[in-house]
Amino acid sequence: MSVLILGATSPIAYQVAHRYAELGHSIVLTARDNAEASSLAQDISIRHDVPAVGAAFDACDFASHAAFVEAIEIDYGPIEVALVAFGEMGEQAQSQKHFPSAKAVIDINYTGAASICEAIASKMEARTRGVIIGITSVAGDRGRQSNYIYGSAKGAFTLYLQGLRNRLCKHNVQVMTVRLGFVDTRMTFGMKTGIPIAPPNGISHAIVKHQESGSDDVYLPRFWQGIMLIIRNIPERVFKRLSL
Amino acid sequence: MERWAEQTLAGWGRYPTSSCLATRAERPKDLASALKDRGDSSMLAYGHGRSYGDAALISNGKAVLTRRLNRLLEFDPVTGWVRCEAGVSIKELNEIFVGRGYFPPVVPGTQYVTLGGALANDIHGKNHHVDGSFSDHVRNVDILTATGEIVRCDAETEPDLFWATVGGLGLTGIILALDLKLCPIESALIEMESIRVENLDHFFSVNSESSHYTHTVSWIDSVTKGSAMGRGIYMRGRHAPAGTKEQVGLLGKLANKLSPFMKVPINGPNWLMNGATMRAFNVAYFRKHPKGKRAANVHYEPFFFPLDFVQNWNRIYGKRGMLQYQLVVPHEPENRAVKAVLKTVTDAGLASFLSVIKEFGNAVHGGLSFPAPGITLALDFPNTGSGLLEMMDRLDAIVAEAGGRVYLGKDARISKAQFRVMYPNWEAWKAVRDRWDPNHVFQSELGRRLGLVGEAQ
Repeated sequence: MSVLILGATSPIAYQVAHRYAELGHSIVLTARDNAEASSLAQDISIRHDVPAVGAAFDACDFASHAAFVEAIEIDYGPIEVALVAFGEMGEQAQSQKHFPSAKAVIDINYTGAASICEAIASKMEARTRGVIIGITSVAGDRGRQSNYIYGSAKGAFTLYLQGLRNRLCKHNVQVMTVRLGFVDTRMTFGMKTGIPIAPPNGISHAIVKHQESGSDDVYLPRFWQGIMLIIRNIPERVFKRLSL
Repeated sequence: MERWAEQTLAGWGRYPTSSCLATRAERPKDLASALKDRGDSSMLAYGHGRSYGDAALISNGKAVLTRRLNRLLEFDPVTGWVRCEAGVSIKELNEIFVGRGYFPPVVPGTQYVTLGGALANDIHGKNHHVDGSFSDHVRNVDILTATGEIVRCDAETEPDLFWATVGGLGLTGIILALDLKLCPIESALIEMESIRVENLDHFFSVNSESSHYTHTVSWIDSVTKGSAMGRGIYMRGRHAPAGTKEQVGLLGKLANKLSPFMKVPINGPNWLMNGATMRAFNVAYFRKHPKGKRAANVHYEPFFFPLDFVQNWNRIYGKRGMLQYQLVVPHEPENRAVKAVLKTVTDAGLASFLSVIKEFGNAVHGGLSFPAPGITLALDFPNTGSGLLEMMDRLDAIVAEAGGRVYLGKDARISKAQFRVMYPNWEAWKAVRDRWDPNHVFQSELGRRLGLVGEAQ
């Protein structure tokens, strides 16, 4: 049984790969940079003594996605679990000044994610088996001035996953949405936040635990569910004046 | 562009601390870009922060945190050679390889050190008298040098750079990866014996008949004066053969259950570790062991890493931190220097909480590498300020006069003058370092203090 990790250079995705490797799965790790993906795969395979390979994957080369999935399944067998973890925060200010930058953020976080999920979903739907885990963000729960380009792309992906789950649950395929709060990655390093920043390792354990228990949609760390409940319920005429 | 954030870094002794801008490398190529992006600043790599003093600190400079560079790059299950990135820890190696019949060739008293730090401090373990130090098991190392070039060096290729990097405290460049030879084992257990030694002479006699054990070390009571001075508990062991059964007492079983919860969450109050509590600890620890010898087959963790049982144990010393003093002196007929050191400590009314003594073997690497033939003694002191620092100066004089040295990986305070007496190779080492880093890109608080970086004065 193979686990496909899309966006393996994210420390969260990489930790999830460790968790599945510990369970004895073989792992396919992908990243834009093939050498990087192969080095991560080598580490996984030495540590856990399971087959692991690296492959190049470009989330924004939409036309290649169907053939990519085809090739992975020919080489490494049916994809049992697919983790869609790639993404790019971008710079909000840059996105406002220069629309191509905004489009790049939307393409990778939404269009690319939807495109590869479609390719994987059709395979899983046909064999009525499989798991798709989509990593999205609490930034997608409500638009805010400070990162609404990224937020809207993640929000679209959250909605997409909801629809996909609705379609695939009838075919015995689990689609799990993971809405992440602050996790200790490159994006958050050195950030002064009032809210604790979670280690990727702990998040990975929670992701696999929730996947195994058949969850649909989870906030990680869990307390973000409460925070976002409040944020979502602030009346718009108040919210629009806030500087969050 | 790297993300730089203000961070306060400290060593394991938590004295001193220093603020700097730091970035965290998430993948190897981030190191090269951090080096480019640092501007005019000096730079230093920081791993798990387990050297005690200021060796891994840099103020008015930039630190690059290497703990996420922890990939295993190659492993040969037949020979035991493993190629690792510098941020891999001894603990990770143990978790991965003990079950497959391999153990790191040299381990310090904690599992939480990185391999980069292990090489940069040329660490030693309980098996130094048999297996030498960490660098004796490292075949080659990749270093990101000041020019941004990655150099793979070993005993034949750029041997000077290899030599200077061993024990070089990170001042020759950033260690990226190294090839380490793991040691084959048949069991996760250690056959160990502990012997209560009644004084220092007894320690030396037990030690001299223990050379058939691969691992030896002795805890030493640092508070008792007079004829029982230097009493302690001598431990010796070896990796157990296949099929050995573990012998865990009731206390051991309880300890295993408790271990995930054992951590010191916050600083202890400064008064906690005072002369009275430390004296009481020393006496109680000694008396806990019955007279004579005990034998048991124990798991490798309590044997090698007893202190890892309590996470962040350094916090018990309080906010002021602690200093460790580790010395090695050559063998002398009467062990005059070791006795003089112990007497100086007790006469000063100071007590060390945890003290260990061990005989080193003959492996020597010159440069700034610490281990040398003779007796090594390590003493932990709460940072009580000037009285302690003055006493340590007196210890320096005893050690230097005996032809010994202190361990730079533990040091936070030795003077430049004493350092130069203790490490007569420093000029040769600095010449190599300066050749690879003529603009002094790589600096540390320790390097500045001891005149290892910048113009020699």
